Amino acid sequence: MDPIRFETHPDRYNHWKLEINDERARLVMQVDPEFPLKPGYELKLNSYDLGVDIELADAITRIRFEHPNVKVVTITSEVDRCFCSGANIYMLGLSSHTFKINFCKFTNETRLFIEEASKNSGIRFLAACNGATAGGGYELALACDDIVLVDDGNSTVSFPETPLLAVLPGTGGLTRLVDKRHVRRDRADVFCTLAEGIKGKRAVEWGLVDAIFTKSKFAEGIKGREDMLAEQVKDAVRGPSVALKPLDSTIENNTYTYKYVSVELDREARTGVITVRAPSEAPPTDAAAMVAEGSDLWSLRCFREFHDALLQLRLNEPEVGVLTVKTTGNADYVLAADKALLANQDNGFLREVKLLQARALRSYDLTARSFFAVADADSCFAGILLELALGADRFYMLEDDDEKVGVWTSDANADQYLTSNGLSRFRLHFYHTPEMIDAALARGTEGMIASVEADKFGIPTIVADEIDFEDELRIAIEERASLSPDALTGMEASLRFVGPETMETKIFARLSAWQNWIFTRPNSTGERGAITLYGQPERPNFDWKRT
Amino acid sequence: MAGMALNDKIPNNVDLSTDKRLQRALEKWQPNYINWWKEMGPVGHQADSVYLRTALSVESGGWANFSHVKMPDYRWGIFLEPKTADKKIGFGDNMGKPVWDEVPGEFRNALRRLIVTQGDTEPASVEQQRALGDTAPSLYDMRNLFQVNVEEGRHLWAMVYLLHRYFGRDGREEAEDLLMRRSGDEDKPRILGAFNEPTDHWLSFFLFAMFTDRDGKYQLAALAESAFDPLARTCSFMLTEEAHHLFVGETGVGRIIERTCELMKKDPNDDARAQGGVDLPTLQKYINQWYSVCLDLFGGESSSNAADSFASGLKGRYKEKKYDDHQCMEGFKEIDFVEGGKIITKEIAMRSAMNEYLREDYITDCQRAVDRWNKIISKAGISFEIRLPSSRFNRNIGNFSDYHFDPSGKMLSDVEWEAQKASFVSSEEDEIYVLSIMKPCTEPGKIANWIAPPRRGINGQPFEYEYVKKA
Repeated sequence: MDPIRFETHPDRYNHWKLEINDERARLVMQVDPEFPLKPGYELKLNSYDLGVDIELADAITRIRFEHPNVKVVTITSEVDRCFCSGANIYMLGLSSHTFKINFCKFTNETRLFIEEASKNSGIRFLAACNGATAGGGYELALACDDIVLVDDGNSTVSFPETPLLAVLPGTGGLTRLVDKRHVRRDRADVFCTLAEGIKGKRAVEWGLVDAIFTKSKFAEGIKGREDMLAEQVKDAVRGPSVALKPLDSTIENNTYTYKYVSVELDREARTGVITVRAPSEAPPTDAAAMVAEGSDLWSLRCFREFHDALLQLRLNEPEVGVLTVKTTGNADYVLAADKALLANQDNGFLREVKLLQARALRSYDLTARSFFAVADADSCFAGILLELALGADRFYMLEDDDEKVGVWTSDANADQYLTSNGLSRFRLHFYHTPEMIDAALARGTEGMIASVEADKFGIPTIVADEIDFEDELRIAIEERASLSPDALTGMEASLRFVGPETMETKIFARLSAWQNWIFTRPNSTGERGAITLYGQPERPNFDWKRT
Repeated sequence: MAGMALNDKIPNNVDLSTDKRLQRALEKWQPNYINWWKEMGPVGHQADSVYLRTALSVESGGWANFSHVKMPDYRWGIFLEPKTADKKIGFGDNMGKPVWDEVPGEFRNALRRLIVTQGDTEPASVEQQRALGDTAPSLYDMRNLFQVNVEEGRHLWAMVYLLHRYFGRDGREEAEDLLMRRSGDEDKPRILGAFNEPTDHWLSFFLFAMFTDRDGKYQLAALAESAFDPLARTCSFMLTEEAHHLFVGETGVGRIIERTCELMKKDPNDDARAQGGVDLPTLQKYINQWYSVCLDLFGGESSSNAADSFASGLKGRYKEKKYDDHQCMEGFKEIDFVEGGKIITKEIAMRSAMNEYLREDYITDCQRAVDRWNKIISKAGISFEIRLPSSRFNRNIGNFSDYHFDPSGKMLSDVEWEAQKASFVSSEEDEIYVLSIMKPCTEPGKIANWIAPPRRGINGQPFEYEYVKKA
């Protein structure tokens, strides 16, 4: 089986049509049943798999960078009487647990990207549900700002997961129902056990959708909703337009090579090293010059590459459990790139660059691998690259006699790049001693903070001298790689997200805890489980014991 | 409307006079139904007195009372076959357990869906046929049309009874929606595609009664096996009425054929069209079309829904008793698929093939009627054979829906299909022609030129009987 690739382009979409008409975009789902990501199932009735969602994620990112005029994106389908019937069940039935979880994680991130684009970029999303909107199809709609359902006496929105498959909606549906759309929880309870869903007026009354229109008034109704959404964001200014060029990566057996990121894998040891490189020369500092670099701008390209590498690791390297994260190059160039980016946030393109960096970093927080950041002689954990160390599970620093190893704090570390729970990585790191943040940031303005001093500021986890460092690190990695991957996933996720919950953390926590648990239980995926037997002539047999 | 008054108005064997829940529901629904009938029922004949059969009880003789009535005054009743003591579930995972007298919560939604889908077809056909009264070829045929219509109306009642009696508030809402949807309406279409095309002329009506109602017969027969006993008993009784509809369809087409043969003999060139009749090749094209659309109504060849319905005991096979194995856990059925441009046969689990079993029984039944038609032709000394097209032909659902086939089942390219289509299914010109010969004939004992009179009339009355008295 070929590894999964995440780069695509509208010219190559199999399942979506992206139509841009000045301020309006239409993202039309028309899943081609004949193009599943892996052989063995057909994508009937606009059901989706990872391949479909990769295209959706690409489309949303491109709208942000390449189509700055667009204010409203209408997601709809051209399949008769069907908007989207959710994740393909046969695909789920054929997939390993690991794949299912990472598939769900990717789709969750894509839905959150939609919401984040609405919040931060002023692009409103409308779900124009022209027919049956089931499961993941309704979850896609829930990620939009406004949901319109056709009122044809037949089409419903539904969450059939529990009654039909003995699982839960896996893309934040339950949380969004009550936390985002404020559907009353008892009504949500009824809705989530009603396989056929709810249609028409009641769907509006219960807040499941925002409006219904008959088929003959549907187009006109959609237009009205689009106008209303456009009005909300009429002052948002984005752009200039920058085309996202292919990353031109070389992905070989044990090595991923991008321009600024590389990954070396040791599959036998189940470990790997991610190396992120600083700009190779002084980066441009004024907006025009930065825009001129387009998608080659270090701040953008480096984080697109980093994100792509994370996705490859998640989906294609399930057994590589421990990753060391290194940086290399000139820290001054990193700091200069940060400074220029933060100073030019009135430029729409550069705002998008920063938002993309933030998303890539959040995907890093949400990747279920052990990350050990390692600062040694060549390192440049400066500004935004210091976020990689602060987001890691542990941070190892070499204490060298020449005091050449250190970290550089900058404005980029001060509440600029927020994690899923709405706090900066520094705030999570110093959750109970916030005064330490100011101290570290203040000290950072004077230049590099060498290992020993950084230790005093509480930044690294472990500082070791040249005699101990290598062994200390080797043993830590080997030990980590020997622990249960399941326990580590749970432990890391519990410890990474210090502090308050947000809708986003709730979604991921419930995905990790509830959905993943239910997915592995015999009632869903056992020999006689509901997913296993879906589409089979036999009916599932449940173990009736409640916990 | 008080309970007893309702009971008088609605012939029934479901204890309507004492059933408060049912009374409450029907008090609201019944007037809406009458309004629907007046708005969407037969156009222009609501005040006519029609010689109709009314079911007043389920005993033999009780379900066929004939008299002249105005259709809006028709006494639409609610009848179930009488209950059999100690009845057991006859198939699926729950086989051998007592049948259900109430809806099990586990299957509530699935059953409601089945009942709503079946129920939706009944008013749909009335709506599709509402304009046909004005072009009836005889009073006998007009009466048969209206008989079919009022009985489809009664079948709607039967389904609405189940919704009202067993499905609480949701059931009442679904019952209301059955009166809200309209055949062919862009905004509120009927559920199944085949029920949204108008029935423009009497040839289509007869083919509808022959092929589409016959699908209904098989669906009802499969539901008559249901573990949900009230559904099974309701459908059993509906089947007694459905038989008349099939008779109207089969003999209607038979009488067209008979007349066509006469006209061919009359014509120097054996050309029935020249004599104002429906020529046999044109008839064949209409048969190709109606039959293939009706095959779609059975659903996909391989269906997880069908497997579920069978497993849970909601829907059995036609005459389940004729089979030895009622579990169908082990066996396989050979089903044709298209792969790489070729027909290949694959084995699928029996339960997944339940639609196909029902379709096969239907095909056999259709063939029997076609054989009788062919006898009429051969008796007239004409060499022509009507053929049912291959079950691959002109399908929009199932394994063959993405490909083209000729009526013999040979695969065609898109280009070949387009080039030959007009010889397979009726064209616009055929439609115009058929419409042009649909001259009404309302004089008792007379009949339109394109169809032969029936062998005998209704309920022992002669053909010249005034079956419909104009208001």
